[in-house]
Amino acid sequence: MTLAAPETHQNVTRRGQITVSGLRIVVGPPDAERAIVEDVSFAIEPGRTLALIGESGSGKSTIALSLAGYARPGARIAGGTIEVGGERVDLMDGKALRGLRGRRVAYVAQSAAAAFNPSRTIMAQVIEPLLVHRLASRKEAMARARRIFASLSLPDPENIGERYPHQLSGGQLQRLMAAMALITGPELLIFDEPTTALDVTTQVEVLKAFKAAIAESGATAVYVCHDLPVVAQMADEVLVLQNGRTKEAGSLGTVFGTPADPYTRALLAAADHGGLTRLPRPEQECVPLLRIDGLSAGYGKIRDGRPEVPILEDVSLLCGRGEAVGVIGESGSGKSTLAKVVAGLVPLADGEVLLDGTPLPADLGGRSREQFRKVQLVFQHAETALNPVKTVGELLARPLALHHGIRGAAAQKRVAELLDLIQLPAATAARNIRALSGGQKQRVNLARALAAEPELLICDEVTSALDTIVGQAILELIDSLRRDLGIAVMFISHDISTVRTFCDRIMVLYGGRAVESATCAAFARGPHHPYTRLLLESVPQMDPAWLASSAARAAGTGLPLNREICRFEPRCVSAIRGRCNCEAPPLRQSQGHGQNHTWLCHHPVEALGAE
Amino acid sequence: MTLFLSFARSLPLPGRIGLFLVCFWLLAALAGPLLAPYAVGAFVDYDVFSPMSGKFWLGSDYLGRDVLSRLLWGARYTVFLGLGAALLASVTGTSLALVAAVHKGWVDEVVSRTMDTLISIPSKVFALVMVAAFGSSLWLLLLIAAVTYVPGNFRIARAIALDLAAMDYVTFARAQGETPIRIALGEILPNMLHPLLADLGLRFVFIVLLLSGLSFLGLGVQPPHADLGSLVRENISGITEGAPAIIAPALAIATLTVGANLLIHALKKGKTA
Repeated sequence: MTLAAPETHQNVTRRGQITVSGLRIVVGPPDAERAIVEDVSFAIEPGRTLALIGESGSGKSTIALSLAGYARPGARIAGGTIEVGGERVDLMDGKALRGLRGRRVAYVAQSAAAAFNPSRTIMAQVIEPLLVHRLASRKEAMARARRIFASLSLPDPENIGERYPHQLSGGQLQRLMAAMALITGPELLIFDEPTTALDVTTQVEVLKAFKAAIAESGATAVYVCHDLPVVAQMADEVLVLQNGRTKEAGSLGTVFGTPADPYTRALLAAADHGGLTRLPRPEQECVPLLRIDGLSAGYGKIRDGRPEVPILEDVSLLCGRGEAVGVIGESGSGKSTLAKVVAGLVPLADGEVLLDGTPLPADLGGRSREQFRKVQLVFQHAETALNPVKTVGELLARPLALHHGIRGAAAQKRVAELLDLIQLPAATAARNIRALSGGQKQRVNLARALAAEPELLICDEVTSALDTIVGQAILELIDSLRRDLGIAVMFISHDISTVRTFCDRIMVLYGGRAVESATCAAFARGPHHPYTRLLLESVPQMDPAWLASSAARAAGTGLPLNREICRFEPRCVSAIRGRCNCEAPPLRQSQGHGQNHTWLCHHPVEALGAE
Repeated sequence: MTLFLSFARSLPLPGRIGLFLVCFWLLAALAGPLLAPYAVGAFVDYDVFSPMSGKFWLGSDYLGRDVLSRLLWGARYTVFLGLGAALLASVTGTSLALVAAVHKGWVDEVVSRTMDTLISIPSKVFALVMVAAFGSSLWLLLLIAAVTYVPGNFRIARAIALDLAAMDYVTFARAQGETPIRIALGEILPNMLHPLLADLGLRFVFIVLLLSGLSFLGLGVQPPHADLGSLVRENISGITEGAPAIIAPALAIATLTVGANLLIHALKKGKTA
């Protein structure tokens, strides 16, 4: 990447040429301002893609938005120059900016579900930029939109525009938002974490569509992302940021291949999941703590062991003392419902949940104080799981008083110990929960569950809302607690690579059924259920050629109407016609290894192939 | 006292003004009858709507009574009756809302439909029937005003409480085996206080208006006593002359309600900062 020194013979500015130099963005009143972006310079050649990477708070989104002349409320572009196609964006007034945005610079946000107006059709919203800027008639605009829908490989491009946002999936909405950005043929596209909220299998399709669309439109792109393997697929150039300052810049190959800055190296190490240090544990005798047998659960009235809206069906799971069990699945697989059933928040319709050999009562009313204490839930979003009016000390003291009757000075002492355990200073106890960062909140969230001295810790996607490095630290913390305190952990995640390195047993859920379950060792050996294989193949790799080589998975979507047959059948590339779509899949067991490895599939072991 | 001063200092300027006005009217309500220069119903001036003078600080009213004395007595009714009824309405409405939000299901249904029934009864007609049945008394007025404004507060409180009851921290508390009372008071209520305080300020203004309306119909505070609202009403004909008899009680209501709202607003800000 050339840094901000335009060569003299190249005075003719080209469409799509982006030049930023000495950018400084500040927050706060003029007399007490604080720079959140300081002295950032870069240039992007037309048609190239620059990725901005770094942790949250590194200023990557702020810089991306400044290219559209936008600063979030409270922030100001205080210095430096921003040129898009030869024009100074930082000098533009409101009217000029309105002409720029949506026409020459377009933005694709993280959450498409929140960015679409739920009460208008997709078409009305996608063609809006063209109509607002009077670039085309309604008819032309709609024709252009349909062409873009087709190029983004959206299903039924002719009619998808007539639908409303709630009728479409997250991955489809994300692509439709890209369609909205592409429709005016902008010279600069800004992608702000566009696939972070998606499942891995969906992410692959969306990334492919984006990459093709960027190449076809010829636009320059800025791609903001904290997921480095994704960056490796999308970017030509990389800019590494920390606390609003440039750490390293260069071409993708150089920065990822031979990182010069220690921070870049730390990021790369965290992205490589092998970085999680986990001692290989000797295969020991399993003392069962939690045993789930033939569990069915869901929402609505329960009749004859079947709820009105069934979510989980016939799920069995074993978790020994001090073991970590991973439950993997994408959104809608029922993994959170499973956590809630064990915690007693969702009544089970059929089957049994045994804790220490005694069945857990189906609803909260029947549980004893001890049972409440033994099972502790850690929620995904610490923001909503911790009451915002309370201080850290109050939050941690409550379970102590409730479960152990510890109050007063003894409780304060214990709170300090807990804070020490999660590596936060003791003074944090007096702070309001709102004053903490995301990672600190998640630690408090964890400490509150530990305060009860549980035997089973259910962690529901505890790291997915966090940055790679912070998430890594939380994972290591949970793992060390499991080892030191002997707490069993049920680890629920959509991230198969984390679960693999972290857990003793693995269960893969799809459409509410356990399609595969195995011990970690057996899982490593394979063979795998076709869905598990798809999951494994969908995890982005650091190899830039990965996206192009990963097979297209545009088989059907959704779950089959017939609840008896394999739930994955509509999406399965190796489904056997006449068998998979007619009969219930048998529960198969791997032979020979003496390992506990089961999966639900018509294919025999040989057909699935061991690694 | 030092505690009070440090509290006052912690408020922003508008909050301090609000606090001053509220304290002023509380003192007036408490000590007013002792300070009043004349008896509340005494006809002391031969002229009506006379302007401010050394003898009658705020002039005289439409019957030649001393406005200052009537104002000091009237403040007592408005402050205590209005504030009391507003508090009673809010506490009752919010308690019912918490019960409905924590238990949901049929409990919520029964309480909500009862409130809908209550809200459909016109407040003035309700007051008329109650006064006709039991005779006018201060306690009855308090009760009428409170009952009239319970459903409104209930609806707002229920909407907020239902939202909060779906939060993860409430789910967590349930999974800990916390009692419903503890969940309602310890987890949900603290997060509702700010909007509820704003609602309380609003209800207080409504109740002052309701009481003056009732007094106009002869159902409210009985003559010769009058609350601030009825002072405005009874002297309405003085408006053409710009008589202090109407301006003074109107200003009194304004300063009291604005003061109360400024204070509440400042409390909200102080808490979130």
